[in-house]
Amino acid sequence: MKIAISSEGDNLNSNVNSRFGRARYFIVVDTESMNYKAIGKTAASSAGGAGTKAAQLLLDEGVDSIISSNVGPNALEVFQAAGISVYKSINDTIEKNVEEFKKGTLEKIELPTNNGHHGEH
Amino acid sequence: MKGYKIAVLSGKGGTGKTTVSSNLAKIQKSIYVDCDIEEPNGYLFLKPEIEKVKDVNVMIPSIDYDKCTLCGECTRACRFGALTKLIKKILVFDHLCHSCGACYEICPYNAINEIPKKIGAIRVGRSDDIDFIDGKLNIGEASGVPIIKEIKNLIKDTDKNVIIDSPPGTSCSVIHSIEGSDYCLLVTEPTPYGLHDLKLAVELVKEMNLPFVVIINKSGEEDSIIENYCKEESINVLAKIPFKKEYAELYSKGNLLIKEDDEIRHTFENLSQKLMELIGK
Repeated sequence: MKIAISSEGDNLNSNVNSRFGRARYFIVVDTESMNYKAIGKTAASSAGGAGTKAAQLLLDEGVDSIISSNVGPNALEVFQAAGISVYKSINDTIEKNVEEFKKGTLEKIELPTNNGHHGEH
Repeated sequence: MKGYKIAVLSGKGGTGKTTVSSNLAKIQKSIYVDCDIEEPNGYLFLKPEIEKVKDVNVMIPSIDYDKCTLCGECTRACRFGALTKLIKKILVFDHLCHSCGACYEICPYNAINEIPKKIGAIRVGRSDDIDFIDGKLNIGEASGVPIIKEIKNLIKDTDKNVIIDSPPGTSCSVIHSIEGSDYCLLVTEPTPYGLHDLKLAVELVKEMNLPFVVIINKSGEEDSIIENYCKEESINVLAKIPFKKEYAELYSKGNLLIKEDDEIRHTFENLSQKLMELIGK
């Protein structure tokens, strides 16, 4: 299974980033082999629509699940429409989050965790 | 003769833009225009008879799936993340769309149509002897700029003076409201917040090369907060509106100050006269 996690840094020892759309990195991990790749070119600096842009980025990567913490309404709508599950991260490393994900202890996010930030200009 | 356009802005909200605009419009028999489209309140004081309501639409994309090949060009062209490509469809986020038209232009298969979406409305009417216009943005919409642009079109070629009641802050909607004005009135209050946001408003009008003066509302013992700054920056303080319980009471009942109180009427007459002298220079 391929999962993407919003991250502070570019490897498995990095801490998770609590923000989704404006996370600096996404770590895409194959949960069987634990092979991973870091995506550093995120939507973090975009003027608007960071959530949907980041969601598109991960859809194009073909991920099955997302682990993050602050997922807004637009990004969540994209994932729900695409049938991708979103899980709430724990405040720890990427590796630890993947472990917890495999154990099935991470909580599923069904409702947006914020009301979006659009229109702030 | 072409009328002058006078924009009233503040930086900080709640300093008295509408108090100044509505009373000044009445004194001058100008056209009152409420561009504070997120919460227009000038109508509460001017109590206009509305003669015309006009919807304001923006164009948003609609995907024609008979033609769409899901190539994803439109999603890459959108700077605002308003289009997302799923496996079988393109998801359109109306409220992220800025109606820039990039997706229609880029689509190689002409699979995108422009469809109108109502974002708000403009009301036109009369309040006794003055003309009244206001705009209102629907709740949940991101930008009121299209409404402000349509309002500005309505007042382009009038021979009367126009008083523009701008939104608070210094954002896009303020810039569009005050753009093209002949003069700006910066309404502030003698508090640290008032000063802080006045400075932002001053920066904005300077950047836009618009001539301006300051009006101190809720004026009293603390006026030096604003006056010291204005002195340093050589900014003209054109008028002061005293901080009085009677004015707050009149305001809370939706009354125009100049109709109920001779002293404040005199203040506004003076303000109007001095302002017209400045503009005439």
